[in-house]
Amino acid sequence: MDRKVLTMLLVLVLLVSFTACKPAAPAEIKIGVNAELTGGIPVVGASCKNAAEMAVKEVNDAGGLEVGGKKYKIVLQVEDNEDKAESAAAVAQKLNTAGVLVHIGANASRNAIPASTVCEDAKLPMISPWSTNPKTTAGKKYVFRACFIDDFQGVVAAKFAINDLKANTAAVLYDVASEYNKGIAEIFKKTFEEAGKKVVAFETYTTGDKDFSAQLTKIKASGADVLFLPNYYSEVPLQVQQAHKLGYTGTIFGSDSWGNLELIDLCGADCEGLFFTTHYAPDIATPKAQKFIQNYEKTYGKTPDDVAALTYDAFGLAFQAIQTAGKIDRQAVRDALASITRYEGVTGTMQFKGTGDPIKSAVIIQIKGGKFTYYTSAAP
Amino acid sequence: MQFIVQQILNALQLGSVYALIALGYTMVYGILRMINFAHGDIFMVSTYIGFFSASFLLGRLLHLPGVIIFVLTLLVAMLGTAFLAVFIERVAYKPLRQAPRISAVITALGIGLVLENTTLATIGPEPRILPQVIPVVNFSIGGVAISTIQIVILIISAIVMFILDTIVRKTMTGMAMRAISFDKTVVPLMGVPVDRIISITFALGSSMAAVGGILYGIAYMIDPYMGIRIGWWAFISAVVGGIGNIRGAMVGGYILGFVEIFVAAFLPSTYRDFVAFALLLILLVFKPTGILGMPVVQQKV
Repeated sequence: MDRKVLTMLLVLVLLVSFTACKPAAPAEIKIGVNAELTGGIPVVGASCKNAAEMAVKEVNDAGGLEVGGKKYKIVLQVEDNEDKAESAAAVAQKLNTAGVLVHIGANASRNAIPASTVCEDAKLPMISPWSTNPKTTAGKKYVFRACFIDDFQGVVAAKFAINDLKANTAAVLYDVASEYNKGIAEIFKKTFEEAGKKVVAFETYTTGDKDFSAQLTKIKASGADVLFLPNYYSEVPLQVQQAHKLGYTGTIFGSDSWGNLELIDLCGADCEGLFFTTHYAPDIATPKAQKFIQNYEKTYGKTPDDVAALTYDAFGLAFQAIQTAGKIDRQAVRDALASITRYEGVTGTMQFKGTGDPIKSAVIIQIKGGKFTYYTSAAP
Repeated sequence: MQFIVQQILNALQLGSVYALIALGYTMVYGILRMINFAHGDIFMVSTYIGFFSASFLLGRLLHLPGVIIFVLTLLVAMLGTAFLAVFIERVAYKPLRQAPRISAVITALGIGLVLENTTLATIGPEPRILPQVIPVVNFSIGGVAISTIQIVILIISAIVMFILDTIVRKTMTGMAMRAISFDKTVVPLMGVPVDRIISITFALGSSMAAVGGILYGIAYMIDPYMGIRIGWWAFISAVVGGIGNIRGAMVGGYILGFVEIFVAAFLPSTYRDFVAFALLLILLVFKPTGILGMPVVQQKV
């Protein structure tokens, strides 16, 4: 075969493939997911992706999403942000260029905050399932979330320490390099001290550290009644184990970043009896939530964690907004999202009061017999 | 007082791990004048070898006692890591031995990335813990907490470092290593098998990293990216101690361990890296060869 024939064939193949790629009418809605598939908290990314695929499959199996009298198939584009702030922003940019209608994610606040800036600039509606730091939505028109904010969670944790744990002195060890951990630690301290109690040790570390013995030795020497660890599930087991090894005997508790069953695998008996504040408890779920939990267990063989439940709710909010908007238009979807006042999600009832932050209850979970069990609720 | 003693124990634990890994940097540099930036990731791979062999041994019906499983795990990890390092040396570094030194350093960085991402792709990004083969018992002596794990770490690293020091100082192989480090061009003429000695150096240095890896694994958690930070700190330890000098690497490791713990104990932990690197800079201004290092010029005379 000589060169000319080969070139002609190549051109032909290219032409054919181009025409094949071009669908006649785009009866599709593209939704982007910005998730932590690799990096420090991969289980969060996996839960988010699983729940997203499940939510989309349910809609597609039912024939698609009906918008303005026409059925649309939902197409998902899941991108990995590597649990890095700069990658999360890059992913948001990429999804924007790819023409997604709604941006779901990122989950950790340290990624969601940079992503939210990109989405706000691009006027792309964004819903973060799990980012609880106030900065994610503050002053932004296009950014929403499916969870409560740390201002609330920090207060719940402080009240829990005072009322339920009867603590007079508390110690905090938190990741100073991460927005979420820092924010919640500071609100905890403020609330705890306003109640006339004392924070006797307020210690920090940096993301990726594995040795906390210096700080924990200080905390033990401070004699604090309780130790608050608002840190991620991948670091908490080390902190708890090292605290126990150093002979700390007070109650240890944390925040919603503990809410992953991986914590129990990594921590073992050391975490038995500890508490944390979070978004929902599978054992007190509503019928809607029960259905979600059953489906999730059937599909993925494990109990959905809070990230999965919140991602599912984020998709629920997005679908409802798209339907209310009645057309495939980012601005219309944004306006519809902002006008939602009440939404029944699997993580409870959310009320919106004109901001991107829902008002919803928190629950406190105790780790008992290797399971997350419901302990008490805290209303806003 | 208790507080200080406790912090010294914490520092010794961390310093032991840094010292063991620093040995690998220092030995390879001593013999090849090359910084093996893949060493931190070789350390990471060793913890995974340990993880899988310990899980495998625990799963058998032999009901081996924990101590034997621990020793076997340690040996398997040391052997496996030594083979890996020798393989890397043969495939990636040996062809570059006549090339400018920078080529080998860049190759080492590449090998590090390959190791990280292979682990990430095949084993996954989740953090894991080594099976608890050693029963964890916490003692309290006069208010100072000591755990069995801490004792194991301190004793094993001391023994292993003593053995290595003896090998390098008292055996023929050790003499050959020191000779090559002194002059690479003349030594082969004396009948010293340079390639074999270089392989042995890689094997020894990496098995030290494996000891560090297993000790680290029983005290902390393992993940595919753990080699980066620990590798950097160990590298700095080697430089502080005087890169190329084995006792210097040990001293440097403990110094870095003390700096890391004591900065976090008395200052906000955010100052830690700043203080550590500032110390390094000051030291290098006054003693560019590190604490126990010898100026290179002197060796060439």
